[in-house]
Amino acid sequence: MRRILLAVGVAALMAGCGSAVKLDSVPVEDKSGTPISQSGAEGQNAGGAAAKSGVTGVDLGKAGQDAINAAGPRIVYFDYDSYVIKPEYQSIIEAHSRVIKGDKNRKVAIEGHTDERGGREYNLALGQKRAEAVRKAMGLLGVPDSQVEAVSFGKEKPAASGSDEAAMAKNRRAEISYR
Amino acid sequence: MNSSLFFSLARYFNRGLVGFLLASSLSAWAQFRVEVSGVGLTQLPIAVANFRGDDSAPQKMAAIIRADLERSGQFRSIDTGSSVIDEVARPEVSVWRQKGADSLVTGSVTRLADGRYDVRFRLWDVVRAQGQDLGGQSFPVAAGDLRLAAHRISDIIYEKLTGEKGIFSTRIAYVTKASQRYNLWVADSDGENAQTALTSPEPIISPAWSPNGTQLAYVSFESRKPVVYAHDVASGKRRLIANFRGSNSAPVWSPDGRTLAVTLSRDGGSQLYTIDANGGEPRRLIQSSGIDTEPVYSPDGRNIFFVSDRGGAPQIYRTSATGGNVERVTFTGGYNISPAISPDGRWLAYISRVNGAFKLHVMELATGTTTAITDTTADESPSFAPNGRLVVYATQQQGKEALMTSTLDGKIKARLGGQSGDIREPDWGPFQKP
Repeated sequence: MRRILLAVGVAALMAGCGSAVKLDSVPVEDKSGTPISQSGAEGQNAGGAAAKSGVTGVDLGKAGQDAINAAGPRIVYFDYDSYVIKPEYQSIIEAHSRVIKGDKNRKVAIEGHTDERGGREYNLALGQKRAEAVRKAMGLLGVPDSQVEAVSFGKEKPAASGSDEAAMAKNRRAEISYR
Repeated sequence: MNSSLFFSLARYFNRGLVGFLLASSLSAWAQFRVEVSGVGLTQLPIAVANFRGDDSAPQKMAAIIRADLERSGQFRSIDTGSSVIDEVARPEVSVWRQKGADSLVTGSVTRLADGRYDVRFRLWDVVRAQGQDLGGQSFPVAAGDLRLAAHRISDIIYEKLTGEKGIFSTRIAYVTKASQRYNLWVADSDGENAQTALTSPEPIISPAWSPNGTQLAYVSFESRKPVVYAHDVASGKRRLIANFRGSNSAPVWSPDGRTLAVTLSRDGGSQLYTIDANGGEPRRLIQSSGIDTEPVYSPDGRNIFFVSDRGGAPQIYRTSATGGNVERVTFTGGYNISPAISPDGRWLAYISRVNGAFKLHVMELATGTTTAITDTTADESPSFAPNGRLVVYATQQQGKEALMTSTLDGKIKARLGGQSGDIREPDWGPFQKP
């Protein structure tokens, strides 16, 4: 989304740079486009009078996003050295399992992560265990294995920096990532 | 030891400062900082006089050779002051003997008409009354290969005086992370002359040299999951080795270069497989209900050491290269990972957690005798030099990641510094063909 906006912005800038025409002598037309909405989702800029310099963002990732957003948080946190899904995260897994089962074409990656302690490869294997724990829990709820891939980032992609327990607790996690 | 090294380096930086700063580029921050933090017992005292032409050449031959020899732990550098002696001169051996030197290195670096440089050296035994000429050599090289010529000279001196092959002209691969960019580097064994093999916005881990030193296998997360590639260093051509469902990681080459061992999760759990280096279907090596990862071949290719939590906590095990005969290797401590085997098969380097600290250990495999060889607390990824005399590893110093080399007894250490980014995942390459 942000990248697309950026690309549009850069293209506009470059177009501006390319000509030697004085900008204030050029009549500005109102060409603000109609938002393209997929799956009936309303674009944010749809209503109201658009400013003349307005840019309408097109979000190709919007399809079905509402259902995913409605399913709520996507992160399951784990205790140190543990791969057990704590009861308070069962509802997250259930909500996303419903979304995934509701669309046979939907592909999801469960991305396992660890805190910074220990070796990179061993942590990759630990993160894999966490990801597979979530995948198995979804499997028990009827989500087909073919729609879910369990992968690991080990300790390479911490959510929080710092070496205190609060940061490390945020990093021991599995993220449900819609692809 | 400490002071003589300090002075020789200080001299190097004084003389080399301008060129050093002018040459500073993307790779400049990845230069070596030699910090000797221990005292060796039997070191050969050697004087390396400044080469004739060193002051006008792009690289200072004598300084490179001195730093090489000191880092090896086998040599003690004798201060040569501002002496300039070329390979043609007959040195006054008594002067050098009085300074405590057993050997003297002399030489020259001369710019040739075609723009290349002719680097020459001669090694003297100054213990003999008249001094004995131990031989010399000439290297006509491009300016860009001056450092390599100096490392080759260090290799010749090292082999002549210790009877073992030197590792100074070998290469080390490592990974840096700076402002969310990951770089895979190939550097000389002293960390200088670093060149980027791969730049990525996503993590790169576990680089592993092929036995002939032409390719690196590694794990890249560029497709939002761990995937194993093999990368031809000279051409930059990459090919997929393992991109199966789930995670693909921990690549290592068999000693004959025909096979890679990897960790795959495609059948559930992190498990060991072997794959033909030319691609193809992976073969399951062994099976466990837990984690099996970090495979590494024994130098004879018959065994694979690996890490497994089959006993409840990560320990190092050994299996035959075709699977089967699994035996446990580490018994002390509750967290032992990242095995590396010395080229002669005698030593196992690995990381052990001791009271919450991750420390590099060396085990003599025949006896099981184990020694912790660092005083740091976040050691990772040990890798042996091809002559088995040094280990390179990643660690943290003052909260910053650093690469270190150490002798196997832990007495002589040198640091490969990274100023503006984290530096990790070293892998020491094989001997290069001259």
